[in-house]
Amino acid sequence: MFKVFMAFVRKEFYHILRDKRTLLILFGMPLAQVLIFGYAVTNEFKDARIDVLDYAKDETSEQYINHLQSSGNFIVRKVLASQKDMEAGMKAGKTKLVVSIPENFSEDFYAGSPTQIQVITDGSDPNNANTLVQYLTEMTRSFQQMKRNESPNPYSIHVASRMLYNPQLASAYNFVPGTIALILLIICAMLTSLTIAKEKEIGTMEILLVSPLSPLLIILGKVAPYALLSFGNAVIVILIGFFVFDVPVLGSTVLLLGMCFLYVFTALSLGIFISTTVKTQQEAMMKSLMGLMMPSMLLSGFIFPLASMPVVLEYIGKIIPATYFIRILKGVMLRGVGLNFILFEVGVLLMMTLGFLLLSWRNFKIRLE
Amino acid sequence: MRRLRFLIQKEFIQIFRNKALLPMMTLLPIIQLIILSNAASNEVKDVRIAVVDHDQSELSRALSNKIVANDRFSLLAAPFNKKEALDLMQLDEVDIVLEVPHDFEKQLYRGEAPQLQTLVNAINGQQATVGSGYLNGIIGSLNKEIRRNEPLFFSGLPKHNEPVVVTSNNWYNPELDYPHFMAPGILAELTALLTIVLTAMNTVREREIGTIEQINVTPIKKWEFILGKLVPFLCLGLVLLTVGLIASKLIFDIPIRGNIGLIFAYAVVNLICVLGFGLLISNFAETQQQAIFVAFFFVLIFVLMCGLFTPIDSMPKWAQYATIPNPLAHFISVSRKVLLKGSGLADIKMEFVYTIILALLFNAAAVWSYKKQE
Repeated sequence: MFKVFMAFVRKEFYHILRDKRTLLILFGMPLAQVLIFGYAVTNEFKDARIDVLDYAKDETSEQYINHLQSSGNFIVRKVLASQKDMEAGMKAGKTKLVVSIPENFSEDFYAGSPTQIQVITDGSDPNNANTLVQYLTEMTRSFQQMKRNESPNPYSIHVASRMLYNPQLASAYNFVPGTIALILLIICAMLTSLTIAKEKEIGTMEILLVSPLSPLLIILGKVAPYALLSFGNAVIVILIGFFVFDVPVLGSTVLLLGMCFLYVFTALSLGIFISTTVKTQQEAMMKSLMGLMMPSMLLSGFIFPLASMPVVLEYIGKIIPATYFIRILKGVMLRGVGLNFILFEVGVLLMMTLGFLLLSWRNFKIRLE
Repeated sequence: MRRLRFLIQKEFIQIFRNKALLPMMTLLPIIQLIILSNAASNEVKDVRIAVVDHDQSELSRALSNKIVANDRFSLLAAPFNKKEALDLMQLDEVDIVLEVPHDFEKQLYRGEAPQLQTLVNAINGQQATVGSGYLNGIIGSLNKEIRRNEPLFFSGLPKHNEPVVVTSNNWYNPELDYPHFMAPGILAELTALLTIVLTAMNTVREREIGTIEQINVTPIKKWEFILGKLVPFLCLGLVLLTVGLIASKLIFDIPIRGNIGLIFAYAVVNLICVLGFGLLISNFAETQQQAIFVAFFFVLIFVLMCGLFTPIDSMPKWAQYATIPNPLAHFISVSRKVLLKGSGLADIKMEFVYTIILALLFNAAAVWSYKKQE
């Protein structure tokens, strides 16, 4: 039986290896994704273009504007003549914020009387608006300290912050685990559901079902090559993270690889489960793409923090396998924890795997209708 | 022309016959729209903190109380030593550990500027910065309070000047509602994504099942065939967009400030563009599986680099140029501009120009690469 099974696995492997284009995509996708996440996708705001409405037009206001630009956060795009010009830049999306400096800015500034810098932001992008106002407030404060020679008050509390695990605040620390989780899920679950759906659609499933192998072994045989492939992919992503983006693996490598293996199993069982509920590849694709990819990307805490979401979404996040896997990865890779710290997450993934397998077992039809 | 009409009719019948596909094409996107618009917020609403209080003084308790009173923080634990607190962080139970030193209160009254120590879980750098920023804000206001409540004690201090205040006013979205920002973007993304994937699988499916042979023996011209595939999906895309717009108006009350006709005019151009791209993929793919993966590969790049989740302006220059051939980026930009800001044609003309060029390129390539004879 084992020999027959191995022959079957080998046959499936040849199938995949023969299809050079899919293979290229299978290995190209993680690469492209890691590199895009690493180099192009960032939440930081650099060089935000802003407009200035300078009513003061004196030395101090000029110095202030220069100070804003010196940080690298802002680039003054245009000095506006009047309030009427503000809207054009905003509507065309060319400016993010307009700083308006009051007429007697310099006087009040040096006299220490109350002064207001008015800021108008493009609120259509709340992230942007919030962050830029924060930057601007910070820059204003430092300008004030610099110009007025204020000495720090000894009768006040100070804070020394230490950033643990990621002192450089590199975004790669966050996206490398997320990318691994996403890629493993997509390749395992999507490919698995598609291959089985394909057999059904073309009609070759019948041939397989009458073969001497049991249905379980058939599915295992179909799934095994993808498991290996995606496992290889995960290793590639970890290596790129390590060598290109300096993302460490502080914990045990064996534990890390073991966890990847566990998650591959979860994703595969999910893929098998999806395939038992569909008839065509199109359906399988829709279900795995719409039902898996987007939620796993957005509700797993990968891009956006789970704790900030409405409670319902937080609960949805809790039924997504990627959520737990990302937590495991961050723990093992970045905080260097051992198995005893991630027992809960591991338990959840095991339960999920078991659950999907049982559901597929119930749904799987040996006879075609 | 008559041939084309029948061809389109046939495609429509095929789409409507697929009972499983229809709800997936209408319901799933709406559900996604609702969920994702709410999910995609970078706000940090809940910072879990552990306070290690070595001082146990009035001042340190006042500090703890102030933190607890702030609804952005939840005090998870008050362990007695740092080791315990760090273990909690290892377990990912807390985000920030605040350590109050011995003699904290005494130091303050002696004018020794006592230092609090915070340890921040910085795996997500942005959240770490925001979280510790909140905490600094609380400590800053505690500083002010101390000075205000004990004026006698601190009367010898030099008088501080009024700080320059930055007041902000948010146009187009005064409350800074996230769904207002996300919904138009997600709507554009879903419309494009679904139509790309569906068309990418379409022709290749006929080839896989074998029905394409029957079409190939008819006198249909290549461009007719492509157009016949394009029109039904274009209609589907527009229906999806309409339903999505209504849903986001009803659920999120997103403003529709600009000309709605402008959105649809742009959507037609954009859909023709992405459908051409889908058909192009379909022509080159050998199996449906291959088509999905190629489509998925591009969709992933399109989605990550379209400005939906992270701003295009923050990307390095080369990446910003790489968004020019990305139809999704233009669609999202247009829908946000027109819906939220009420931008007119002049404000989105570059998006129009780029998309029209892309549409021509993709569709020409799709017609050219469709082979009637294998």
